[in-house]
Amino acid sequence: MKETRIILRRVGRIDPLSLEAYAGEDGYAALRKAVQTMTPEEVLETVIASGLRGRGGAGFPTGRKWSFVAAASGTEKVIVCNADESEPGTFKDRLILEGDPYAVLEGMALAGYAVGAREGWIYIRGEYAEAARRLETAIERAYAAGFLGEHILDTAFTFHIHLHRGAGAYICGEETALLESLEGKRGIPRVRPPYPTVAGYHGLPTVVNNVETLANVAPIVLQGAEWYRALGVANSPGTKIFTLSGDVAHPGAIEVPMGVTLRQLIELAGGMQGEFKCAQTGGAAGTIVAADKLDRPLTFDSLREDGLSLGSGAILVCNQQRCVVDLAYVLMRFFENESCGKCTPCRVGTLRLFEILERLRRGRGEAGDLERLEQFGRYVRDGSFCGLGQAAPTGLLTALHAFREEFEAHLGGVCPTDTCPMQG
Amino acid sequence: MHPKASGTSASEVRGEALQRVIERYGTDPEALVEILRSLSEQLGYLSQDDLVAVAKVLKLPYSRVYGVATFYSMIETSPVGTHTLLMCEDAPCHLAGGADLRRALERRLGISFGETTADGRWSLRTVSCLGRCDLAPVVMIDGRWYGHLTVERLEAILARYEEEEG
Ligand SMILES: Cc1cc2nc3c(=O)[nH]c(=O)nc-3n(C[C@H](O)[C@H](O)[C@H](O)COP(=O)(O)O)c2cc1C
Ligand code: SF4
Ligand code: FES
Repeated sequence: MKETRIILRRVGRIDPLSLEAYAGEDGYAALRKAVQTMTPEEVLETVIASGLRGRGGAGFPTGRKWSFVAAASGTEKVIVCNADESEPGTFKDRLILEGDPYAVLEGMALAGYAVGAREGWIYIRGEYAEAARRLETAIERAYAAGFLGEHILDTAFTFHIHLHRGAGAYICGEETALLESLEGKRGIPRVRPPYPTVAGYHGLPTVVNNVETLANVAPIVLQGAEWYRALGVANSPGTKIFTLSGDVAHPGAIEVPMGVTLRQLIELAGGMQGEFKCAQTGGAAGTIVAADKLDRPLTFDSLREDGLSLGSGAILVCNQQRCVVDLAYVLMRFFENESCGKCTPCRVGTLRLFEILERLRRGRGEAGDLERLEQFGRYVRDGSFCGLGQAAPTGLLTALHAFREEFEAHLGGVCPTDTCPMQG
Repeated sequence: MHPKASGTSASEVRGEALQRVIERYGTDPEALVEILRSLSEQLGYLSQDDLVAVAKVLKLPYSRVYGVATFYSMIETSPVGTHTLLMCEDAPCHLAGGADLRRALERRLGISFGETTADGRWSLRTVSCLGRCDLAPVVMIDGRWYGHLTVERLEAILARYEEEEG
């Protein structure tokens, strides 16, 4: 297994704000091809045929999402780029935004052309100040060069892009909370349906796509669906950017064809530091798995098939010195902090789970605590209003499954790795 | 750091900052999140008077402005120190030694996270993942990154900030 850089091919190699450098490496060739030689339907068909699936975590087929919005007639439509990237352990979108901003602008314009939208918004998390500065410059230059605005590349196609910075809230990555925030409100998720494709930004049919998803579009339009499908595996074509952290020699981003295994990713990151114990795949909302999953391929279907989530592509690797109870505690602290408070299962449930994990860490666990973790965990998973609460207990529940003895040891007042601040 | 232009009163400074932000983002209520974040960045935090002023300019009910201001972590609604240190407390940073940094910081400054030192110099805050996990553990001081930190390196960085002020 080798790295295959398609989405990251320009990142770190060219001046990210130079349009000449971008054009010198296929930049805007796809948009030119699309608006000058293809109908919007042909662009849409190509993306559908490519099998591209959303890189924001859920793997929804991008072409299908676009076709819902394309089908709406007699209304303005909107493209939203979700650049809120806040899933702990994930920094792939930042690398793309900072290192190849025009690729995202081009992907958005292609989406606009395919579905018939004239307006696009980039919602970027407030903490990404450097990426926002670069995007601002890139947008200005793209306008000046005729890649945005009216009569793009001397055709009738018009597309505008606006930049909106967030202000610190993980929940704003959820697409309906994002739309609320974009409209200047608290980021509280909306009831779905209606989905954004039907009623999104100000009630208009809206495509919400992740940064990495949009960065896939220009290569697909330029090189065709067949080329794209030859990368990756049948139901998960293309490459994926993984971000590795934890006990590997070289934490960082790795782009590889879909279907890679955990073991291969760890090797690409320079190997283990210490002996492998477990990994959390897909970010803080992902599964915690033991060595028996090292050779299972990571795809959009591996959660269902193998109990191994792909999520955002974040991989946290832990060696034998790490404590899974401590890890579960840190994860629950995150969800408890970031819960928006709208619904009770998530607001109260994450707090209860956090409290139980806190007392286990301190050696003050009570009889029945492990059963309570499972029971409350399922309650939060099944009863929460949005994806935040629904996924919050994933790490905990999978860790409890794979490392039950370690939780039991804590209940008995012992942290086997001597990580937790046991007080006896 | 907060602007303290000599010769201008605090309320003038705040008024001017609001004006600049409005010039940049306009008065559409849709810009509320950006207006509050930007103003908070410039002023350090937003007082009740600041929120009232924003509500007036945008012709929004105070409750809406207050609700938004308290929802987002980058909008401060209580006074902060001259320097704010944000420490990422999520798993990749935690595993890379974040917990030790946290204890060392609290000991060094004599305050807990969420507090400000009595001399008004430092505020300590924990934050969620900042997307720099490849450099874990990570802190941000007044908007600047510091990665691959050890307790010793962080000590040296704090000392440098303090020396600069004399
Ligand atoms: C709590 C929560 C946080 C999310 N955060 C992000 C995010 O930061 N970036 C992102 O692209 N999608 C995020 N999503 C997924 C979005 O709701 C949405 O599915 C995605 O932006 C669609 O884009 P895609 O089809 O290109 O994947 C999040 C979902 C949930 C439930
Ligand atoms: S699940 Fe959590 S984040 Fe989602 S709406 Fe309920 S309280 Fe808010
Ligand atoms: S976990 Fe600390 S920056 Fe991501």
